Amino acid sequence: MIFPLSHHLELSSESNYLIAFLIGIGFGFFLEQGGFGNANKLAKTFYFRDMTVVKVMFTAIVTAMIGLIIFRAFGLINMDQIWINPSYIVPGIFGGLVMGVGFIVGGYCPGTALVGMATLKVDAWINVLGGALGMYIAAEVIPYTYTFWKSTLIGERITLPEYFNISYGLTGFFVILFALAFFGFSEVMERKFGNREELR
Amino acid sequence: MLLTKMRYLNPYIAGVGLGLFLLAAFVFSGQGLGGSGAIMRTVVGGVKIFSQQHVDNNIYMVNYGGGKLNPLDSWLVFEVVGVFVGGLLSGILSGRFKAETNHGPRINRRKRLILSFLGGSLFGFGARYARGCTSGVALSGGATLAVGSWVTMFAIFFSAYALAYFLRKVWL
Repeated sequence: MIFPLSHHLELSSESNYLIAFLIGIGFGFFLEQGGFGNANKLAKTFYFRDMTVVKVMFTAIVTAMIGLIIFRAFGLINMDQIWINPSYIVPGIFGGLVMGVGFIVGGYCPGTALVGMATLKVDAWINVLGGALGMYIAAEVIPYTYTFWKSTLIGERITLPEYFNISYGLTGFFVILFALAFFGFSEVMERKFGNREELR
Repeated sequence: MLLTKMRYLNPYIAGVGLGLFLLAAFVFSGQGLGGSGAIMRTVVGGVKIFSQQHVDNNIYMVNYGGGKLNPLDSWLVFEVVGVFVGGLLSGILSGRFKAETNHGPRINRRKRLILSFLGGSLFGFGARYARGCTSGVALSGGATLAVGSWVTMFAIFFSAYALAYFLRKVWL
């Protein structure tokens, strides 16, 4: 198992941070190219006028997921060394719902706001400042809601295939089907609600 | 250099590009991509300047900056510096590097900035409960098929779509 390379090659944290910086450049570049630096474009997703956000996001998820499933199947990647998000279900739902409100009110999510900042969007600078305040408030509030924050953990590293007891390949297949259905739906909605001029 | 404003990249191509860099993050470093983590770490760094004791006594912030811990000593921080540079390069190349405030046709700049601040605050607050934002949880956790990430992803889109109608004057 040669992946992750940082583990296999026992890279120093300096080299690992250089990799982080370079990968970040690619991430930021494609976010901006996709139109994520513009809050107006992002928000139109929620009115079915321009479904860029969900198209880019699900294409990215499916691309990376297929890579991981293939590397895993060929024994190239040690999944134990890969970051997998912990599953705290109720705080995850609560946080997600609050983030959704923040998304439609503010027009950005933190990653896209950073790209907006880089291209001098004033609303993005303000959004990130707001984000910093919100996170500071959360850091002050979490100690008082610690039991809730730590609640409903169903697994530190639990994945859908493990949860449903099906194979990674089959789960991947369902995710791809779901994404394709969503892409079809998005294209139909854009044709219905989208302004063709705006969409080019 | 192209200074005329260019079209955005086809979303599916942009998605494949993003996905390959996300895969690279896993393959090279075993990491997902993040957005909000670096902002949180900067906040803790700021609090540390004022009061180390306050960080040490906070059960949440202590994980980031307790004692001699440097909150900025993290893969995600360097990744986000890269995001900034990548966004800048793309913006310059495509003629979108321009100081402006994007807002819907029916609200003014001032109202847009207030809402952007408010929305950003809510997003940041929620991200700390969900242990990451759209990048760190929905995108990265989506690709590793983490159960909680898919739950959070649907929660984000659910509330954004549910509230969209009431905020239509802000955006349309």
